[in-house]
Amino acid sequence: MQGYNTEISPGGHWSLELRRGTQLTLTDIAGGGNCGMLFYNPRNLLERYNAPDTLKCQHTFKLTAGHCLYSDMGRIFASVTADTFGWHDTVCGNANAQHVASKWGARDYQHHRNDWHQNGYDAFLVELAKYGLGAADMAANINWFSKVATDAEGNLCLTSPSPAGSSVTLRVEMDTLVLLHACPHPLSDATTYPRKAIGLGLATAAPVGEDDLCLNHCDENRRGFANNALYHLGA
Amino acid sequence: MIKESQRHVDDAVFKQVVDAGDYYLGKVNAGQTFRILDLEGNQAADTLFFSAANPAERYSATDTIREQGNVYLTAGSVLRSNENHPMLEIVADTCGRHDTLGGACASESNTVRYDLEKRCMHACRDSWMLAIAERPEFGLSKRDITHNINFFMNVPITEEGGLTFADGISGAGKYVELTALMDVLVLISNCPQLNNPCNAYNPTPIEFLVWDAPNGV
Ligand SMILES: [Zn+2]
Repeated sequence: MQGYNTEISPGGHWSLELRRGTQLTLTDIAGGGNCGMLFYNPRNLLERYNAPDTLKCQHTFKLTAGHCLYSDMGRIFASVTADTFGWHDTVCGNANAQHVASKWGARDYQHHRNDWHQNGYDAFLVELAKYGLGAADMAANINWFSKVATDAEGNLCLTSPSPAGSSVTLRVEMDTLVLLHACPHPLSDATTYPRKAIGLGLATAAPVGEDDLCLNHCDENRRGFANNALYHLGA
Repeated sequence: MIKESQRHVDDAVFKQVVDAGDYYLGKVNAGQTFRILDLEGNQAADTLFFSAANPAERYSATDTIREQGNVYLTAGSVLRSNENHPMLEIVADTCGRHDTLGGACASESNTVRYDLEKRCMHACRDSWMLAIAERPEFGLSKRDITHNINFFMNVPITEEGGLTFADGISGAGKYVELTALMDVLVLISNCPQLNNPCNAYNPTPIEFLVWDAPNGV
């Protein structure tokens, strides 16, 4: 198969085990979207995306091109090889049903079909359950296309919605179970429920060259790639 | 926010010194208040909380910072669970700011942060692994070991979105006090980190003290 393109409908969720060497491109089709994402190792579901290690290893609060997305075991699930937006959040988690109902009103599937107000927390619960995982396995997730900045006192602010067509490209560095949803960011103050589809494209990634942006981003990432090489020894 | 405690050490119903590299795991009942005391200064107390009734419900950094709209923890902060329930409130704090973004040191992340051959050094997540292995009666497993609080750590965010590990703002005798809003398990790794200039490469002991609710509630 050459590649695959699809859309996650507004409020929708999706998961797939992606093989090492796959390239995943996410697109904020209409602008102002949000894409929640979590990673697990399909061979050991206790190994999962670790937001603190990802931030700490790269001395960053935001995610963008050049960054690697780390597991709790010192390995890299995926690296960010391209990004047209420049600042993505990984500390705010998901909105839940109460948040969504209080901001935009409760809507259910019985009455509103696909125009219901799904939330990121429940969307992840659905996908987690497919792999025998539950609420206790939900780690701090990534929110692509959501820029969350802080002031000097640490107050959080969701600013600068992503322009239509913004995209981010990930290269999968080890076999990874990827969960994602297209639900609103928990800090969204939109007046109506943001109904934003996320484009998703899969392809085969180019091999990692010696001049690779992510490999050379910092010494930490070079060591992260070395840990992955050890993991794949003999593979 | 600096807020001093009115509690007296002599009234504490429980006291235990926890050396660097050791863990503390115990139950604190709703209404009880505990203090984590930085005995010698610039130490990091890497802490996780669980609902004693259901350890799958536990401290959630994302729920806590989202609900308070701020990344730092101090007096007045309500610590929330992964089910968005209030678990504990910080009622006194002589340090002023605590980190919940930086997570805990681990053998595996040490290989990335410092050197590929630093993995054998002691680390907080190893202390937690020992705790869950040695104390099976608490019903914890690796899936419960998540994004924690680093009491006494200062991890400021820059305007450009950088994350910096600044010198500690703690000092000898500084403390943080929390009142439990539900029965909780407290799991602390007193950080053994020897690679971090924040503690001058010298991890030191902390003390854990518990007080009953004023009217025995
Ligand atoms: Zn530590």
